[in-house]
Amino acid sequence: MTTEALIQDPEALKPAGRRASAEAMGAKQRDISVSEFFTKNRHLLGFDNPAKALLTTIKEAVDNALDACEEAGILPTLDVTVEEVSDGRYRVRVEDNGPGIVKEQIPKIFAKLLYGSKFHRLRQSRGQQGIGISAAGMYGHLTTGRPVVVVSKIGKGRPAWRVEVRIDSRTNEPKQLNDKNDTVTWEKDHGTSVEIELMGLYRGGRTSVDAYLEQTVVANPHLELSYKPPKGPLVHFPRVSDLLPPEAQEIKPHPHGVELGMLIKILHESGRRHVAQTLMEEFSRVTQPVADELCKRAGIDPNAVAARVDAAKIEALHAAMVASNAALPPIKKFASKVARSDGNLREEVLEEGTGFSPTLADLVIRRGGLEPTVKAKLVTPMMVEKLYASLHDSQVKILPPPANCIVPVGEALVMEGLRRRFKGEFFTSHTRPPAVYRGNPFVVEAGVAFGGTLSRDDSADVLRFANRVPLLYQPRACAIHEAVLKVDWKSYGLQQRKGELPVGPLAIFVHLASVWVPFTSEAKEAVAHYDEVVREIRLALMECGRKLGAWVKAQQAERWETQRKSLFEKYIVELAASIHSITKVSEESVKKDFTDALPNHVRIAIAPVEGAAPGVDAGGEPAPGEGAAEAAAGPVEAEAEAPEPKASRPSERPPDMGDDGDGEPFYKDMTPGNSRQLVLKVRSKSGRK
Amino acid sequence: MAPRKKTAAGATPANKAASDDTMTDGPREIGERDRVTLQKITDLAFSALAEVRRGKNPALSIPVRALSNVSFDQEAGLIRLGESRQSRNFFHLKQAKLFMQTFLIAEHCKKLIEAGATTSIRDIYYGAKHSVAGTKENTFEEQAESDPIIEDLEVTIDALREELHLRAENRGAMVGPMTIRDTGDTIDLRRMGSGGWSIPSIVEDNRIEFMKTEAEYILFIEKGAVWARLNEDRFWQKNNCMLLHGSGMAARGTRRLLRRMHEELKLPLYVLTDNDPWGFYIYSVIKQGSINLAYESMRMAVPQARFLGLMSSDAERFNLQANVSMALKDEDSARIEQLMRYDWFAAKRWQEELALMKKTQKKYELEALSSRGIRFITEEYIPQKLRGKRGDSWLD
Ligand SMILES: Nc1ncnc2c1ncn2[C@@H]1O[C@H](COP(=O)(O)OP(=O)(O)O)[C@@H](O)[C@H]1O
Ligand SMILES: [Mg+2]
Repeated sequence: MTTEALIQDPEALKPAGRRASAEAMGAKQRDISVSEFFTKNRHLLGFDNPAKALLTTIKEAVDNALDACEEAGILPTLDVTVEEVSDGRYRVRVEDNGPGIVKEQIPKIFAKLLYGSKFHRLRQSRGQQGIGISAAGMYGHLTTGRPVVVVSKIGKGRPAWRVEVRIDSRTNEPKQLNDKNDTVTWEKDHGTSVEIELMGLYRGGRTSVDAYLEQTVVANPHLELSYKPPKGPLVHFPRVSDLLPPEAQEIKPHPHGVELGMLIKILHESGRRHVAQTLMEEFSRVTQPVADELCKRAGIDPNAVAARVDAAKIEALHAAMVASNAALPPIKKFASKVARSDGNLREEVLEEGTGFSPTLADLVIRRGGLEPTVKAKLVTPMMVEKLYASLHDSQVKILPPPANCIVPVGEALVMEGLRRRFKGEFFTSHTRPPAVYRGNPFVVEAGVAFGGTLSRDDSADVLRFANRVPLLYQPRACAIHEAVLKVDWKSYGLQQRKGELPVGPLAIFVHLASVWVPFTSEAKEAVAHYDEVVREIRLALMECGRKLGAWVKAQQAERWETQRKSLFEKYIVELAASIHSITKVSEESVKKDFTDALPNHVRIAIAPVEGAAPGVDAGGEPAPGEGAAEAAAGPVEAEAEAPEPKASRPSERPPDMGDDGDGEPFYKDMTPGNSRQLVLKVRSKSGRK
Repeated sequence: MAPRKKTAAGATPANKAASDDTMTDGPREIGERDRVTLQKITDLAFSALAEVRRGKNPALSIPVRALSNVSFDQEAGLIRLGESRQSRNFFHLKQAKLFMQTFLIAEHCKKLIEAGATTSIRDIYYGAKHSVAGTKENTFEEQAESDPIIEDLEVTIDALREELHLRAENRGAMVGPMTIRDTGDTIDLRRMGSGGWSIPSIVEDNRIEFMKTEAEYILFIEKGAVWARLNEDRFWQKNNCMLLHGSGMAARGTRRLLRRMHEELKLPLYVLTDNDPWGFYIYSVIKQGSINLAYESMRMAVPQARFLGLMSSDAERFNLQANVSMALKDEDSARIEQLMRYDWFAAKRWQEELALMKKTQKKYELEALSSRGIRFITEEYIPQKLRGKRGDSWLD
């Protein structure tokens, strides 16, 4: 089995031995360089369609710039320019004020895959998204033939090197195209600018470059960003916080969270070290017995040279490492799903289980004595049981990662970030204490922006983040989305139909920070639905909702009080004129008497947020100090409706009121609808003449 | 009242004092009755002022005019207003405007009384209507708002409408063998042509005096069209009766006039209405008074009034064909239910009539009698009814 074949040709998943021998295939595979591998499997890196390619390119460059700035302790200032040079052909330039890159490293960084500083450790922030900027450069070169153009300067007085470089995909080696000593004048003290030309597609909407940058701004209040989109004017987001996020404590990757690409890179770059040794040194919580056990399951000799392990075995090793984080639903539920399924067993395991890669699924299925491609329907309950046993057997016990490495954005900065993105009237945020799912520590934080220029008629804008990286794809498959739906937003004064997002001028921010974010798939587009995770997100959102609800109520109360006051004030003017005319007491003095008494009778009464209209609370409460008897004689709301209090049965009202011998219309101050009906009745009587 | 001034041609006969010259006639003698009313209005304003000066929420105490606050006085045969009052406060979101409106109406009435002028309730609506300072809102949006405020004021300060110098439009008409004096003019009701004498809203004895009459009874007819038929036949002359109609529900002026004629001239009163719950109710208002104006029953009701029909049982009695009937509508049926529950419809015969109407699901207009011939109503129906027995031919 080759990795390549596995992904491209499901037929190849037939039991080994039916076609070419493993040895024969393995020999071929040795000749495939990483760059060739990724050229053919570009979807693994986020280049599967033109729109996504454009986004991924920008994302890689921006992530790198932010990482570099943060690592160097510099407040990042970024310029992003996206230009459509011709139809479907875009030039992307990302410029930062980071530490710069030393001249010798530039070609390798931008034109050699699996070359970087971040793969060897695990930080809970960015840089886990893909193979990196060189892949973007490679994609650009592949589609337009243009090299990556880099300008970088590492300090005041130092030259700003200009490098045009492309990758040689056969050898995975960089090729610089311009003079090695090319420099440009750059007023910046230090920083890097990367320019890549690629075939892409710029479009708006949820998964657009614009959305990605806007959300990046929310999760990074310390970032100053200027963005020139292909169409429209330059957008500037000034910095709102001068605080760099605390440097995330560096830990080694945990086996649970390792990606295949990362594992390939780690092993490839392990020099002369043996597999077990490499695993122990590069991963946290991997002891000698754990390393041996992992190798055993992957069929690898622990003492083999790591850089020489073939791709198939690396995949098996990867499966063994992530296996202990995989889970299937309760056996009864799974068995009944399987019994009703139209697909094959592999599809069922991938769909119903969590934490499975296709390789791991196949591995577990085979170990359970089954074939991944067998029709799931045909699998008996007893065989399903064996599948569970097989999964259990595949799981090497590995300690969970330590919790002290999680750094959330923080409540204050979440709010700053939201403030910058949304012109709202109310902002709040809440960070939950660390929690654990399947042994993995994580922290959830939520925030909301409300009112102002946010659209009143649309569904809430949900911004999802995993380790500060915006999640743009697959909202419906995401636990964050599910948690938002599960919150009863109506109780906070918003509109919400069952099973839908709340409607109103609301933006919802949810950030899940974890050493190992539980994504639904390798594509890292949506967070998996672990009960613990959904619960934490809900709790964080509910806390924000409560604060929002209280604010909405207070706003209403305030508005009502002013309304009430102005209602009384306008009638005082009229009343004073009449009383003056009757009593000859000066109009001013009457007005003053009433105005002076006003504060005794206007109170802020917080009515229920929902449906309540001003005036539902009883006005005209007795003034302080009045006796209880008088208070009891105060206006009764029902009687206030009309000069005539309600008749014993509502249906009796019209005729009762309509018996006035004067034949004038009988309306009283009922609602206009009612009064019209009344008048009609009377008229229909007299109108018959 | 100031002496009558001739008003311009076309002015309504009763519109006696509203002309401008009344206002410029110099200091006017204010009569005792007006002085009392003025005092009541001033007291109302001062008491509100006194309350608010003590920091209290000024309140008007208004007798409740609704079914819940009326009772049927079996002995007197009257609907009487109960003791319940409701408070109308100024510092109350829903009552503030009503409170202000009440004083606005009071102010206008005071001015009318002082000027010795009388005006219609429509005039006062226009007089008091203006926009509330600094807003687009009006003090009154429609007359439907000011009319009940006037009634509120009447009951609150216990003043009759005419004491507030207000009147409604003329409504209803009368002919018959009688001479009256209407605000100084002598009018022979035998010579009123086809339209009759239009009944004004205020018919107190200082305005309308009964002079000479040969009438033996009063016949009140719900509808003007049927009344016109009878007038054309000079029914009143042949039968020596006063003939009135109310254009539907009898207005206050008509009711007061019926009461005065019944009381002062000792004339029995007969009422002829359509056969439907609304017709029955018109009769009951004339006889016992109404819920809304229960405080006026004492001066307006005629408990001895008799109902000449149409009764549901008349259809059979007078051989009315099914094709002249009309089907009951939902609102008719609902109204029947309500009437059946009123104490003043509790008598066995009324319950039977209502039950029959409900059962047959039919109603008849007075005009249905014309199916038996154009003079059937004058030559057969009414005489036969008048001759007949109580509870059989007529009800009370
Ligand atoms: N804008 C930049 N400024 C400084 N260093 C950079 C910049 N971009 C990339 N680098 C360096 O190049 C390395 C490789 O980048 P990349 O290929 O994107 O992989 P990754 O970000 O996953 O480490 C980074 O680890 C970083 O050390
Ligand atoms: Mg990178």
